[in-house]
Amino acid sequence: MTATDSPDTPSPGPATSLYRDTAAVEAAITDMAQALDTLLSARGAHAPLMIGIHTGGVWVAERLHALLGLTEPLGHLDISFYRDDFTRIGMHPRVRPSHLPVAVDDRHIVLVDDVLQSGRTIRAALNVLFDYGRPASVLLAVLAERSGRELPVEPNVVGLHADLAPGEHLKLAGPDPLTLYRGSPPPGGRSVAEDAAP
Amino acid sequence: MIAPTPTQQEQAAALQLDAQGNLKHFLTLDGLERSLLTDILDRAEGFLGVARQAVKKVPLCRGKIIANLFFETSTRTRTTFELAAKRLSADVLNLNISTSATAKGETLLDTLRNLEAMHVDMFVVRHADSGAAHFIATHAAAPVAVINAGDGCYSHPTQAMLDMFTIRAHKGGFEGLTVAIIGDVLHSRVARSQITALNTLGVAEVRAIGPSTLVPARSEEALGVRVFHDLRAGLRGVDVIILLRLQHERMDGGFLPSEHEYFHLFGLTDKRLGLAAPDAIVMHPGPINRGVEMDSSVADGERSVILEQVSNGLAVRMAVMSMCIGTQNLWLHAAGQQPPAEVGDV
Repeated sequence: MTATDSPDTPSPGPATSLYRDTAAVEAAITDMAQALDTLLSARGAHAPLMIGIHTGGVWVAERLHALLGLTEPLGHLDISFYRDDFTRIGMHPRVRPSHLPVAVDDRHIVLVDDVLQSGRTIRAALNVLFDYGRPASVLLAVLAERSGRELPVEPNVVGLHADLAPGEHLKLAGPDPLTLYRGSPPPGGRSVAEDAAP
Repeated sequence: MIAPTPTQQEQAAALQLDAQGNLKHFLTLDGLERSLLTDILDRAEGFLGVARQAVKKVPLCRGKIIANLFFETSTRTRTTFELAAKRLSADVLNLNISTSATAKGETLLDTLRNLEAMHVDMFVVRHADSGAAHFIATHAAAPVAVINAGDGCYSHPTQAMLDMFTIRAHKGGFEGLTVAIIGDVLHSRVARSQITALNTLGVAEVRAIGPSTLVPARSEEALGVRVFHDLRAGLRGVDVIILLRLQHERMDGGFLPSEHEYFHLFGLTDKRLGLAAPDAIVMHPGPINRGVEMDSSVADGERSVILEQVSNGLAVRMAVMSMCIGTQNLWLHAAGQQPPAEVGDV
């Protein structure tokens, strides 16, 4: 999760530069929808429950939800209470309540996030999900995947593979239009990614 | 009741906040800024959702030990603090001190040292003497956090914050609101904290309504309220009505002729409720005395949000507890001198 605190902020800050413009992001999401459709059919999971991770994941999930023509409302997941760095950076000030419209028990879930790096957000999201019930299966779809995995978490569907230096981070600005920025942490301060992590 | 001088306010703020302005202890609302109070309310909003989970727990305070030190009996407050701690995955010790060691002659400080030796991370303190929670916060070894669950006639900050949460949920905000607090303002730590919170959050007017024996002299300037001794006049046009419990246990003189007389003059009935704004809500910190502070028809009526206050109390207490524990974690982490993670949680 690398979204800005304010969803309306068009650009995430001065230390960043454009990585993929809106057209490229939308094209990647269209590809993701296609791949998801194929994968879900192959698995026989015809009416999946789609859940976006706050905040950028929800934006991507909204697009996928429309492209796949899903009728059930989208679920929102906030992982702030399940983060593993609570002991390091304290609690994120603005927690948007998780909202799952229907029970997750025995459902095929499509979990959506914007950027996958360490895998820690997904670990936390899975924990939240299982505190709501026992899904039949969980697929992971991410807009951008990059190096830096710290946990054995791999996505099932990927919009784009980003090639970044270890210190750099990716940041999705939205909700409309969606644009991907790259940037390096400001010197001497907490990284933007850390500030913006959910 | 005397309003704190600025120095006292500064002292209270200094004791409660770390250098970055994070909450270390939660003892009083005196000296806390509007932004911090709003922050607590915003965070509490997020905890409401935990009640909708199949597993009604989040792991924020896993491995922490929270001790409820209740030197004064309480059911509701102790239960909600206990449940809030358990929903944060903390381990909870309930110590009913009024029947234990202090009765055998142990001093408060010795009790405290013993609990510290058990590696308790947070104390939730209720005491019949004003200032007890401050005393414990001053003497507790860092980074033990202290939350005031009510001390004497002084302060009950989590109760006031859950009331603010309930008001905001119904009214959308605080601007332009007129709030009436009715009853035993003199003995009420709840009223005192509520008045501070309401004024800090910027309501238009706080009214204190009650017999002259139960509203402190010089309240207008000392507390920042408008005083009414006539219920009907005071209720006119108010948006929020907060009733206070008559505190028999703190009344040692002839404050009232009788409960019947009190109800006759200050009890809230449906007819009197009609004087307030049409969408006015009725609140009470509990436990309610039916037929004394209000009619049963008001307590159970559609304008009453009394049970909602209890549910909101859980979310607000989870927010305050996790904020204090979070700050404590920051210190511990700093003491370990490990650099914060370079890369965010992505």
